[in-house]
Amino acid sequence: MSKVNKPFNSKSVDRWSVFFTGLSGACTYLIIAILFLIVGNIVWNGAPHFSLRFLTTGVDAGMFNVSQSGVFPMVVGTAARVFLMTIFVIPVGVITALYMTEYSKRNSVIIRLIRGAVNNLAGVPSIVFGLFGLGFFINFLGQNMDALMNPASAQAVWGKPSLLWASMTLAVMTLPVVIVATEESLKSIPPGLREASLALGATKLQTVVKIVLPQALPGILTGAILAISRAAGEVAPILFTGAAFSVQGLATGLTDQFMDLAYHVFILSTQSPNIEQTRPLLYATVMALLLLTFVVNIAAVIVRSRIRRRMRSFR
Amino acid sequence: MGEAPVTRAPQVKTTELAAETPAIVEITDLSLFYGATKALKNISVTISEKIVTAFIGPSGCGKSTLLRCLNRMNDLIDNVRIEGKCHIAGQDIYGHDIDTIELRKRVGMVFQRSNPFPKSIHENIAYALRLHGTNSKSEMDEIVERSLRQAALWDEVKDRLHTSGLGLSGGQQQRLCIARAIAIQPEILLMDEPASALDPIATAKIEELILELKKDYTIVIVTHNMQQAARVSDYTAFFYMGQLVEFDRTLKIFTNPSQRQTEDYVTGRFG
Amino acid sequence: MSHKVQENAEKANRWIGIRRGQTRRPLEWLAEKGILVVSFSTILMVLLIFIFVTKEALPIFFGTMNSAANQTILSVEEATKLKPEALREYLNLTQKEFADADAETRALLIEVRAEAAKDQSKDKDAKVNTTEWRYLLKAHQWTGYDKPEYIWQPVGDIHKYNIIPLLLGSLKVSLVALAFALPIALGAALYVSQLARPSTKEWLKPAIELLSGIPSVVLGFFALIVLASALQNIFGYQTRLNAFLAGLSLGLAVIPLVFSIAEDALTTVPASYMQAALALGSSKWQAAWHIILPAALPGVFAAAVLGFGRALGETMIVLMTSSASIMSFSLFDSARPITAAIAAELAEAVFGGHHYRILFMLGALLFSLTFVLNLLADLVISKLRNRLEGKK
Repeated sequence: MSKVNKPFNSKSVDRWSVFFTGLSGACTYLIIAILFLIVGNIVWNGAPHFSLRFLTTGVDAGMFNVSQSGVFPMVVGTAARVFLMTIFVIPVGVITALYMTEYSKRNSVIIRLIRGAVNNLAGVPSIVFGLFGLGFFINFLGQNMDALMNPASAQAVWGKPSLLWASMTLAVMTLPVVIVATEESLKSIPPGLREASLALGATKLQTVVKIVLPQALPGILTGAILAISRAAGEVAPILFTGAAFSVQGLATGLTDQFMDLAYHVFILSTQSPNIEQTRPLLYATVMALLLLTFVVNIAAVIVRSRIRRRMRSFR
Repeated sequence: MGEAPVTRAPQVKTTELAAETPAIVEITDLSLFYGATKALKNISVTISEKIVTAFIGPSGCGKSTLLRCLNRMNDLIDNVRIEGKCHIAGQDIYGHDIDTIELRKRVGMVFQRSNPFPKSIHENIAYALRLHGTNSKSEMDEIVERSLRQAALWDEVKDRLHTSGLGLSGGQQQRLCIARAIAIQPEILLMDEPASALDPIATAKIEELILELKKDYTIVIVTHNMQQAARVSDYTAFFYMGQLVEFDRTLKIFTNPSQRQTEDYVTGRFG
Repeated sequence: MSHKVQENAEKANRWIGIRRGQTRRPLEWLAEKGILVVSFSTILMVLLIFIFVTKEALPIFFGTMNSAANQTILSVEEATKLKPEALREYLNLTQKEFADADAETRALLIEVRAEAAKDQSKDKDAKVNTTEWRYLLKAHQWTGYDKPEYIWQPVGDIHKYNIIPLLLGSLKVSLVALAFALPIALGAALYVSQLARPSTKEWLKPAIELLSGIPSVVLGFFALIVLASALQNIFGYQTRLNAFLAGLSLGLAVIPLVFSIAEDALTTVPASYMQAALALGSSKWQAAWHIILPAALPGVFAAAVLGFGRALGETMIVLMTSSASIMSFSLFDSARPITAAIAAELAEAVFGGHHYRILFMLGALLFSLTFVLNLLADLVISKLRNRLEGKK
């Protein structure tokens, strides 16, 4: 780009180029600024009230008691529903990805159907998952389970919102995340490894279990973490399927309702009798939630790079 | 002759040659289709035991594809269809009751790009042994050592058997792949351009190894390197555009081929 | 000679093992079938979502629901003659409630119902079944109003279920979100993918993607607690929680999505395009604007479509920044989008009642809408990929 070679009208053209480059750069840094504004505001206002006591006490002193209440049951509830969800979603997601990359012919009708379903599932609004959880898991599965297992009792055991159904709803929601991440990592495994194994007389299953899956582990882990970070902050799918405004003690059974950190943010923001007074509590809760999701996100980055480094040292 | 359609090698040749050692692979009128494209056209060739047979020809001529027919690796590719027969030791390997797993145990393969598993050197060899039922540690160690010695790699790696196979140099990796293939004692060893990605010194080592292995194994090697074919093989088949043009003693192919196309190719006029 | 025959026989024996008759692999077969079955679960889930969300709304679609405050009033004798299921419907009870009630309670309920219905019979609208499609979609002049109006008012004696205000609310809020998010996200995508230095790009991209890691309930909280008052102070409008605020905060959720899809599409354009343009003496911006952007336009369009879908479907942000459902085109009036209505009202709606079913109907509508939008975006993206890869 030497000056000599520029067209004669370069001056005016360049001015626009500079302007628009600056404008698009401004857009980029505006987004960063917004991010900093939000996170900064939360940390600035939340940190003073954020303490170990806050994290380890419950709400026995009252939901909106600023000085004595904490988020312990909510953290436990969120951890429980996310943990259960991971148990449900990982096997199904990984097996589906295995089918798509290892077992099916490329571009078969089934593959296209599954891919369409994955894309569609990824775009379903989270509130619709909530409705689905209520309509299918609770009203259909749960009530029928009650009718089968305990027809005499009018007391609903399964046919009501619970930790189990909330986790399952979230598992359906995060299925595409796990499938896409696993599929990606499966596709990045050199085909030569599969060929080598098969040429040695290994069966397909042996090849998949002993050669392919260990190689796909970083991708599967990343998928799990992405699913967790997506699910941890979601409220809409658990509104009708398990989250409760307030329950006594911790959620211990699958059929218990539970308090939830993200849902608690919603409660504190909208139901507080005196929003000015409960503001420190609210900010600290938001900070706890943000910390949780960011920690999970950063964990994803670290796990990925660590496993990659291990693989590289193997190379 | 130059513009005339390529003709199949006269069958007389192969039967005549087969007298020296018994035939093991008999391919008759074999054609392979990728979808609607005919990639191999009515190939007939007989390969004899415990000698080295080379497949040569310009890229895309079907030599690798034919090689992969012998252990049915082409089954792994969608839309591949095969017509004709391929017998190994009298068994029709495309018969309906053939178990490809058992077949591949007996027909080992070494690939163009070395592909050791991302495991230790020891594990690379132990992998297939374990699959096929070797469990005792002492037996395992013994076979690992023997295979590595056969592949002329033992002295270089005996002190680091438990480090990654990916840490070896390109030539060493390829020899590891050979050791891995011969550990399960196949009858036939298929080599798909095993030295094409290696430097001259590593290539020389591989060629030396091939000559050594030929005592115990029937070897079929695909190569685009004519000097290599001349150096290591006893018989050579020349392919062009999916057809077998000529199959004969290597010496004859390179000194006095009966087909004009073969001559053009081996003298470097095309390819 | 006999030695040779023996050797041949041995060889044949070694090779006979490749016949499958000797080796069966049930595990292999089982695994293959199992994997196939499990991998259908994604398709199954999409079907189940469609079926079970729609199922709860079927009475609305088929018009078999009656929400009239004034229904046929039956005497105690007449009512007791009804079949149990019909009686349950008449009394508007759930199955469990109905089962719990003994004959005496039922009789009492029948009387109460007759009394209550008598009281309301003066209002002409009390006879109206508000779940009929004409009341759901068209304006109606309710008692006490001087012109036909679109009203969503699910509580009270007469349940007004006109969904037009909700649709308008969704549309209004989504359009504000897009108007705010699209230019910023696309500008940033263009900058990050084409103009920024690689070293800058390396941290810019994950930083922007971090924004998508913020849960929507936190964005909703931020909008409600911080933005709402701040914007009101700046613009001085009347209603604190309005479509403008909702749309703007929704935009925060839309930005990272549109950014990452658009950035992806722009990055797929072969680098040779840019090099060719630069070699002809154009500036980086000119190349990005005149060459790269047009080449990736379908992907950018898809990003906008998916962004719209996300905006329509986002719940928590609009739930926390909306209040009343008002039929108004002004951005500075309150708006209640579909998602907010479902989230806020379902918990209070009687299980199996008309309000409950209407909310599920809205859910089915939302599902279908996003389904179509996703399909459209998919189509466009795959077309773009084919075009670019074909050209390569």
